[in-house]
Amino acid sequence: MKNQNINYNQDYKYGFTTDIENIKAPKGLSEKTIKFISKVKKEPKWMLEWRLKAFNRLKVSKEPNWQKPKFPKIDYQDLYYYSAPKSMKDKPKSLDEVDPKLIETYNKLGIPLNEQKKLSGVAVDAVFDSVSVATTFKDELTKKGIIFCPISEAIQKHPDLVKKYLGSVIPISDHYFATLNSAVFTDGSFVYIPPNTRCPMELSTYFRINASETGQFERTLIIADKGSYVSYLEGCTAPMRDENQLHAANVELIALDDAEIKYSTVQNWYPGDKNGVGGIYNFVTKRGACRGKNSKISWTQVETGSAITWKYPSCILQGDNSIGEFYSIAITNNYQKADTGTKMIHLGKNTKSKIISKGISAGKADNTYRGLVDIGRKALNSRNYTQCDSLLMGNKCGAHTVPYIRNKNSSSTIEHEATTSKINEDQLFYCNQRGLNQEEAVSLIVNGFCKEVLQQLPMEFAVEAQKLVGISLEGSVG
Amino acid sequence: MLEIKNLNASINNKEILKGLNISIKPGELHAIMGPNGSGKSTLANILSGKEGYKISGELMYQGKNLNEISIDERAQKGIFLAFQYPTEIPGVNTSNFLRTSLNKVRKAQGKKELDALSFLKIVKEKSNELGMDEKMLSRQLNVGFSGGEKKKNEILQMKILDPNLVILDETDSGLDIDALKIVADGVNSSRNNEKSFLVITHYQRLLNFIKPDFVHVLSDGKIIKSGTKELAMELEKTGYKGIN
Repeated sequence: MKNQNINYNQDYKYGFTTDIENIKAPKGLSEKTIKFISKVKKEPKWMLEWRLKAFNRLKVSKEPNWQKPKFPKIDYQDLYYYSAPKSMKDKPKSLDEVDPKLIETYNKLGIPLNEQKKLSGVAVDAVFDSVSVATTFKDELTKKGIIFCPISEAIQKHPDLVKKYLGSVIPISDHYFATLNSAVFTDGSFVYIPPNTRCPMELSTYFRINASETGQFERTLIIADKGSYVSYLEGCTAPMRDENQLHAANVELIALDDAEIKYSTVQNWYPGDKNGVGGIYNFVTKRGACRGKNSKISWTQVETGSAITWKYPSCILQGDNSIGEFYSIAITNNYQKADTGTKMIHLGKNTKSKIISKGISAGKADNTYRGLVDIGRKALNSRNYTQCDSLLMGNKCGAHTVPYIRNKNSSSTIEHEATTSKINEDQLFYCNQRGLNQEEAVSLIVNGFCKEVLQQLPMEFAVEAQKLVGISLEGSVG
Repeated sequence: MLEIKNLNASINNKEILKGLNISIKPGELHAIMGPNGSGKSTLANILSGKEGYKISGELMYQGKNLNEISIDERAQKGIFLAFQYPTEIPGVNTSNFLRTSLNKVRKAQGKKELDALSFLKIVKEKSNELGMDEKMLSRQLNVGFSGGEKKKNEILQMKILDPNLVILDETDSGLDIDALKIVADGVNSSRNNEKSFLVITHYQRLLNFIKPDFVHVLSDGKIIKSGTKELAMELEKTGYKGIN
């Protein structure tokens, strides 16, 4: 058993680099590109067909345009849909070659040197701390029957699970970017937790080998079987550099009877410079299905990066007594734009949902909360509580709240509370008078404002996220 | 400690202080009394560095020109303002705030920062001295505090930060007699021959518990009369109108 594991890891590592390194993907979006990706990933035929079906759908599909932040037209034929991982010689040789601003931020966040190298893409030897950590984790998970691997590997090794659940929450035809992802996704995570199993650790993309190379069209599928529990962390608090401007990830969660999934995100992609030049378009589709009775899905997100963030992690509450939660912090500074929120679709009886959203806007940024609460005709005795708070810093930024509320039965209740406030001069003065400088004061006050969401994050993550909140707003108060 | 000469201050083109002079030596406690609108709180704000005022005149603290020092640096150099209306900061734990503040001050003074445990020991001891419920320390800063609790919290911070110059801005307002005694005890037990106090108050009542070395009457932006604690007694009888 042990030998097998080692072999498997080596296959993966070497297979990946030798096969792909020198292959160049065709430019543009075409059947050829999709066949290329599928071939590189050594996918079975059914997977290729699935992708092509999505591609055909894409041809008759249009980009949505109801969101507040508008973006310039994207030329899909001008993009590369598969870029081989950079080879060692193309990467920076040491941290000296990396943008000093980035290193400064890493230091502020207290990220160890080795991790800094990994994050900034410095060439490091294959023997690397977190790699061995990942391997150790893997052994422990395997013992419990938990599957945690790249989705490309799951397609080969666990086709029944993938076939059954992939696209079952976000159908191929859902909307333009979800369809695009279905056609061209390159990699992402796959998680399966067997019945009555509590995953013994936080699963993190960070510990998945090679995770940093799969950013652009990531596809994640998490299945929590009956009576199981898993907490999954996506991203990391360090700023993430990426050459690709468009990110269109799809994340699907499925919770069966009595299962619980907790999904936490810290998104810190490149936001563009102070003048709003560059930056990532983060157009993500995240959706969870509480398919079983008494199941629970909880989304927590801290969104501080990207030029445009456009995402609505949602819960479809199918099972009776199921629970959906959404905790969000969205920080926009300079010219960043965010249009984010959630959808809570109540279908089962006695279903409950809770939405806590904290939007912070500084500089010339624009921050929109957009959320749907839909309680169906048969979702008797259901409840929703929504709280949306916006904090404005300065007088050139914007905050908007756009709730869509539908209640189709009389036994259910929906509560919505919203506040908008400006950062309070008296609070700043008070903190200054106690010896805190302006940036420390802002960080403290904003962290207080976000506390209900921050405390949902796993402990070690929360500490870093608090620092990130402060760093994201540096220079925002005169 | 503090030397103010010919201080003029205006806000939105409205003159508030008009040639104020005061000199406070180490170890002294000065009381400033005056009717509403005489400029008492403006003086407290200007000493702590609040922005928005147009200032002229001389403001010297420990031989340094205060006009060149930012609010947080003044705090780090030992100027403490006990606020008339301490502001609420939701989501911020009182004890954490205090520790952050103390460590900023300690760091600026070249002292070692305190870890959570040693800080907790100090804060518990000081809050017991003030008869404060320890539970208050784990609440959000000033959120839902009663008027008395807020003022006690200011005095607690004063005791922990151990400043050189303490400005009490109408700390007695809104306090019942028991809370007033506790606050006064807090001040009295902090007095020594290095620390200076500037006690701003509307009523003579506080000065029954805190004995000032000097009393000044502020009216229309100027000190119109200075004296010892007997002046406060006189004011009580005649009111501000009787002073000329």
